Amino acid sequence: MKPALRDFLPSGRTREVVTPEGVALRFEVAPAAERFSAFLSDLFLVFLGTAVLLVLLLVLSIDPGEDPLAAAGVFLAAFLLRHGFFAWFEIRRRGVTPGKRAVGLRVVDRRGGPLTGEAVLARNLTREIEVFLPLLLLVAPGAFFPEAPGWGAAVAGAWLIVLAAMPLFNRDRLRVGDLVAGTMVVRAPQAVLLQDVSARPAAPAAEAIAFTRDHLAIYGTYELQVLEEILRTPDPDLQGLRTVRDRILRKIRWEGKPPDVPPLDFLRAFYDAQRAHLEGRLLLGERKESKSERPARGGKRRP
Amino acid sequence: MPPAAPPLRSVALRRERERSWRDLEALLARVEASGIRSLDPDQLARLPVLYRSALSSLGVARTISLDRNALAYLESLAARAYFCVYAPRMGLPSVVAVFLRSRFPRLVRRFGPHLLLAAGILLLGVLAGFLLVRADPDRFYGIVDPAMAQDRTPASTDEQLRGALYGGGGEKASALGAFATFLFTHNTRVGLLCFTLGFLAGVPVFFLMFSNGLVLGAFAALYASRGLAFEFWAWVLPHGVAELTAVALCGAGGLALGEAVVFPGTRTRLANLARVGREAGALFAGTVALFLFAGLVEGIFRQAVHDPAIRTGAALLSAGALAAWFRLRGEAP
Repeated sequence: MKPALRDFLPSGRTREVVTPEGVALRFEVAPAAERFSAFLSDLFLVFLGTAVLLVLLLVLSIDPGEDPLAAAGVFLAAFLLRHGFFAWFEIRRRGVTPGKRAVGLRVVDRRGGPLTGEAVLARNLTREIEVFLPLLLLVAPGAFFPEAPGWGAAVAGAWLIVLAAMPLFNRDRLRVGDLVAGTMVVRAPQAVLLQDVSARPAAPAAEAIAFTRDHLAIYGTYELQVLEEILRTPDPDLQGLRTVRDRILRKIRWEGKPPDVPPLDFLRAFYDAQRAHLEGRLLLGERKESKSERPARGGKRRP
Repeated sequence: MPPAAPPLRSVALRRERERSWRDLEALLARVEASGIRSLDPDQLARLPVLYRSALSSLGVARTISLDRNALAYLESLAARAYFCVYAPRMGLPSVVAVFLRSRFPRLVRRFGPHLLLAAGILLLGVLAGFLLVRADPDRFYGIVDPAMAQDRTPASTDEQLRGALYGGGGEKASALGAFATFLFTHNTRVGLLCFTLGFLAGVPVFFLMFSNGLVLGAFAALYASRGLAFEFWAWVLPHGVAELTAVALCGAGGLALGEAVVFPGTRTRLANLARVGREAGALFAGTVALFLFAGLVEGIFRQAVHDPAIRTGAALLSAGALAAWFRLRGEAP
């Protein structure tokens, strides 16, 4: 299929993960910026932990510079903290670290299986190469490949930076660790179930409005759902509602004067009728995405 | 004209199932906040049932409903429940334990041919370095970086060379230095690079393995020329056994990745890389344990024990333990 422009836009990419029950769950691929901010939050916590450790040593008046065993302990602890933090949370919290939780992201298995501990270990250990090495490279380029000639260090450095930037170069925003572990990071929003707009009893006056098939054949799912959003707005502005109503009346070629009901009641009645119509067509396998699309047979959908 | 009375099917679906969705949502909130253990047995038994019912609601809603909020809610509910039901079963410590006990040795055997090739190149490098420097000691300067050689060069006295083997006079600072760098010593870095650069058809792996061996060989020749060969190997091998094995394992992982790119078989290259990468990544994760062990030996044991005989014994012990671990542990898949 020819890639559409929206495939290259930062959000709205979705990937399906098929559960063992055979139902495809749709996930939105996490944009690079969100992953970066989640990572920074986690990194902050790790640094905080390391700092607490050092302060603790200070309080106990142990100087790692004097005591080799304490130094060994500090380095070991820093290493375990840096890698264990991510791994522990991703295993314990099913793919969610505190940073990811704050941003609303989650690690999932790309093939739909459960996220294994091994995959978590692999994707987090790889971070050393992807993030911490290039970071060190930026801070101290000379110390990095002392034995290599200048051009060699430059090439190696460029390669490490390419690795670090890898999520920007593929559609699933996979970093090397994701590639290696067979995982990906997706958005995990927690949607709230609101009142069904159609469940509310219609105003008696609005019930009398009769929409014909011709009136309802204009709009598609997209417009219906935009209208749903409007109707869910907590404090609708009357002028705006009137504008929407007039627009709809014009579009569906309503003849005669506008129905004599408040705009909100009219819009609700229209929403109910339009939804009943479109859902009815849906049952027959005709899905109309938007007003600019002719209904397609056989429930065909755009991906 | 639409008939007035019967509610929409989507509205009816929601009316019928909403209670079970809410139930599931409450369970999920509880698990997400305080873990799966916070559920009582009854709730635990209801979780998979509610999960499957939510999946079926989602399937139905996708075909009959155009209520965007309800659809988004069901998608999110089903996903959250899916992650609860198919969660990793073990905590981090048992994951690590099981990994080291069975998965890692199995992986080493799985990548046996690659390991042999990588170790072969490494040894070839050692041999080449040894022969080159023995034939002409001045070549030492071409092979070993001055920063790494420090005061161990063909120009050093026997005393300096010997001193380097025994902790530079036993200062505390050297133990600290050794340990500070252990996570990031030369060999660890080579291991990491091998693994990363494996994507490039494995070519850099050959180079890294060989040049790494070259350095070791050059040092060996230098010490051998002063009659310190035994003491040198007694110094290198206690940590070197684990460390060189780890480097060779990283090389093996890198070669396997290269193989996946060059010979993808019936899969696409990316798919194949991901498939092999999964295993090679796990292999790499295991080498971290080896590097850690090597660092501990280098930082502590070698500072404390100076007797070449004991050092050799430790090297043999660690070689035997590694061999037994890789050959015997981990049942066949």
